[in-house]
Amino acid sequence: MCLGIPGKVVETYREHDMLMGKVDFGGVFKRVCMEHVPDVRLGDYVVVHVGFALHSIDEAEAGRVFEFLKGMNQLDDLKVPSP
Amino acid sequence: MRESLETVENLYGSCPVPQSQYDRVLLGHGSGGQLTNDLIRRVFVPAFDNEVLSALEDQATVELAGRHNGMKGPRISFTTDSFVVRPIFFPGGDIGRLAVHGTVNDLAVGGARPLCLSAAFILEEGLPLADLKRIVASMRQACDEAEVTLVCGDTKVVDRGKGDQIFITTSGIGIMPDGLSLSIKFARPGDRVLVSGTMGDHGITIMSVREGIEFETQLESDSASLNTLTQAMLKACPTIRCMRDPTRGGLASVLNELATASDVGVEIDERAIPVRPEVRGACEMLGLDPLYVANEGKLIAVAPPEDADRLLAAMRSHPQGGAAAIIGTIVAQHQGMVILHSAIGGERVVTMLSGEQLPRIC
Amino acid sequence: MKYLDEYRDSEAAGKLTAAIAKTVTRPWTIMEVCGGQTHTIVKYGLDRVLPESLELVHGPGCPVCVTSLETIDKAHAIASRPNVIFCSFGDMLRVPGSRGDLLQLKSQGSDVRIVYSPLDAVNLAAANPNRQVVFFAIGFETTAPPNAMAVWQAKRRGLANFSLLVSHVLVPPAMTAILSAPGNRVQGFLGPGHVCTVMGCTEYEPIAKRFQVPVVITGFEPIDMLEGVLRCVQQLEQGKAEVENQYSRAVRQEGNLPAKKLLEEVFEVCDRKWRGVGSIPQSGYRLRPAFRDHDAERIFEVENVNTQESKVCISGQILQGLKKPHQCPAFGKECTPQSPLGATMVSAEGACAAYYAYGRHLAGNGAKPRTREAVLEHA
Repeated sequence: MCLGIPGKVVETYREHDMLMGKVDFGGVFKRVCMEHVPDVRLGDYVVVHVGFALHSIDEAEAGRVFEFLKGMNQLDDLKVPSP
Repeated sequence: MRESLETVENLYGSCPVPQSQYDRVLLGHGSGGQLTNDLIRRVFVPAFDNEVLSALEDQATVELAGRHNGMKGPRISFTTDSFVVRPIFFPGGDIGRLAVHGTVNDLAVGGARPLCLSAAFILEEGLPLADLKRIVASMRQACDEAEVTLVCGDTKVVDRGKGDQIFITTSGIGIMPDGLSLSIKFARPGDRVLVSGTMGDHGITIMSVREGIEFETQLESDSASLNTLTQAMLKACPTIRCMRDPTRGGLASVLNELATASDVGVEIDERAIPVRPEVRGACEMLGLDPLYVANEGKLIAVAPPEDADRLLAAMRSHPQGGAAAIIGTIVAQHQGMVILHSAIGGERVVTMLSGEQLPRIC
Repeated sequence: MKYLDEYRDSEAAGKLTAAIAKTVTRPWTIMEVCGGQTHTIVKYGLDRVLPESLELVHGPGCPVCVTSLETIDKAHAIASRPNVIFCSFGDMLRVPGSRGDLLQLKSQGSDVRIVYSPLDAVNLAAANPNRQVVFFAIGFETTAPPNAMAVWQAKRRGLANFSLLVSHVLVPPAMTAILSAPGNRVQGFLGPGHVCTVMGCTEYEPIAKRFQVPVVITGFEPIDMLEGVLRCVQQLEQGKAEVENQYSRAVRQEGNLPAKKLLEEVFEVCDRKWRGVGSIPQSGYRLRPAFRDHDAERIFEVENVNTQESKVCISGQILQGLKKPHQCPAFGKECTPQSPLGATMVSAEGACAAYYAYGRHLAGNGAKPRTREAVLEHA
C-alpha cells in the first residue's frame, strides 16, 4: 500500500484555511496539503501520499545506508554476484 | 454480469486469451490493452472474416489488379483511425492534429508513402465554430507538414448531449514501394528493438489536464507525423522487419503484440528506455508505468542485429529521432512474452494491460 | 529524482545482495507487509537476485486486495443511487463485488469518478451542492490522516452533501492474525514503511516480543528493501527478535504526531472483515459519532449488506503465505486477471496476478502453465 513519493516543496500558501504547498516531482508540480507537516520549510523534501505530505525527509538519515555501504568496501573483498 | 459457475469452463476454453465477462462496452475496451484485443478478436474479425483484416497490422496492404500485359498492379496501403481524445485542445496539440498524425503514422510505419486522407466529423450541436475552425486549421497545418492532402470528408451533427463536442475519423491511402514488405510477424531471434525517442510524453500530458488528477508541467504532447523519419530509416536500413507506433497501451502493448505475432520472446533493458524526467516524475507520483503510457509521435522498429547500429545513427540524425535508442533484443525463448531487465539486475514480465492504466495509491 | 534515484542504484544493490548471500546460512521465510513493497519486488525482480533459501511471502498489505466483498457491494449500492457522485482512488475501480465492479457500474450510467486525493472529492462536493458526493475511504493507516482531513474539512465547511464510505484496515492486528494462524511459516517481517511514517514503530514491539519475530520497518525502493532484508536476516541468524527502523529518513519512533492527533479525533477502532481472511477484531477504523452526519453507510442505509465470498477462492490462504497461487484449482481457469475471483488476482501486485504473469504462456492445449522459474531459467 501507500505509494509515497519524495518531492521538493517550492511554495507554501493557505487555501480554505488549510496549509497547502506546491511540490516539485522532477519537473511536474502538484498542489499538496501540508497540514500534517506544519513545520515544513521551502526547499524541504516531503513524502507525498494521495495529495498529502506525510513527513519531511531527514537528510542525515537518508545518507545513512550509503555510509554503511562505503564501510562495507573496507571490511572485505566482496565479489558482486552477477544477477 | 458474472456468468454462473457452470459456464465458467467456457470462459477459458481452448483460446489462451481469457475472455472478458463484461456484457457492455467499457472504457477499457478502448485502452489498447487486452480488452481491446478481446473486442477485436471476438466481434470484428469473425464478422468480416478476411485475410487482410485478420493480419491485424496497423495498415492494410491491398494489391490493385495490373492494367495489362500481366504487369503487377501497385500496392496501396489503406488505414483508418478514430479520435476521441479529451480535452480536445491540449499542450502541444489538439484532436485535429492527432487525427492527421495518427493515420499518416499508421501508413508510414508499414513502409508506405502517405498520399491522401479523408476526414469524417461528428459534431455536437453547440460546438463553437471558432473551435472547429481552430481544429481544421491545425489539421491543414499537419497535412502540409506530412505532405499529404485531405481529399474528401463528411460531416454529421448530433443533438446536444449526444456527442461530447467532436469526434474525428480519418482514413488514409499510401503507396507501398515495390518489393517492400514489413510485418509484425517478421521478427526473428537476434533482431534488435529500437525506439525513436522518449516514451510516455503524450499520455502524461493528457493526464496533466485531466480532471481529478491534473498537475502543472511544461510537458507537451509529442504528436507528430513520422513519415519522413520512416523514409529515412528505410533508406538507411531496407532490412527493417517491422515498425509500429506505440499509441494507446504504450510500448508494452506493442511489444506484446510483436512477441505474439512473431512467436518470439522480447527482452528489454529498463535503463535503455528513454523517458523524460517530467514523465518519470508524474508516473512516480501517480503510480503509473511509462511503458503503458500512450505516445503519438514515436515508433518502434525491429532490425537485424548487423544493421541496428546503422539504423540507430540514421534515426538520431533525423529531427524526430534525436533520442532514439536500442532498447532490447528478440530471443527464441519464452515466446509470446516480454521480459524486462531492471536497473538493479532482476527481471520482470511486462504483461499486456487489461484495460486502462489507472493511478494507484497502493 | 532526489531520494529516489540513489535508492535504485545497481552498484549499491549488488553490494547488499552480496552481503545477504554471505549472511544467510539456512532457509528463512520473510513476509513483506505492504503491497507497495510487493510491487517493488515484482518490478525489479528482487526475488530473483536473492539466495534461493530465502523465501519472500507477499503479505496482505494491499488495501485493494483486502477490502471485503461486502464493502465493495456497499460501494456499488451507493454508487448506483441517482444523484450520487461516487469518488474513488483508481485502484478500487476494477475490484469485483458480487454484482461486478465499479467500472461496470460506470458503463451503466452511474457517476463514478477517479480522484487523486480525498480533498478533490471535498472540492467536488463544494462545487455540486445539489449532488451527494461520496468518497470511498479505503487504505491502511497511511491513508487514514488524508481521509480524516477530508471529512474534517467537510464538516468545518458545512458541506452536508459530502460523506465517506469507510473501510480502513490496520496492520498490527493483521500481522498478529497471520502469526497466530496454524501452519504459519513467517519468521520475520519487513514492516510497513509509510504506515509507520504516520503511526511510528512502537506498536510492533509487542508483536516482535510475543511471537519472537524480527520486524524491520522498511521503505519501498530496491535499496530500502535489500537493506531491510539484510537486517532481518542478520537478526534471524543471530536469534534476535527486535523492531528496527530501516526507513529512518521518513519514520520516527513516535510517528507523525499532528496526523495521529487528527486520527484520534475522527476515527475509532472497530472490528473489520478482511477479504479472504475473515473478521479480525479491532483491525479497522470507523468514523466517530461526531462525524455520523458524514458517514455514508448510515446516510445510505447500507449497514446491513451481507455477501458471500467465492467458495472457490483461496486468497485468504495465499495472503497468509500458506499456499501458492498455482495450488489453487481455479488459478488460470475461472480466475484470471481479466475475471478475478478474489483479492490476490485483482491487484497487479497480488500474488496470484504476479504468478499468472509469469506462467501466462499456455501451450494452448490445456497444458499447465510453466512456472516462473522454468520461464526465466535462461537468464
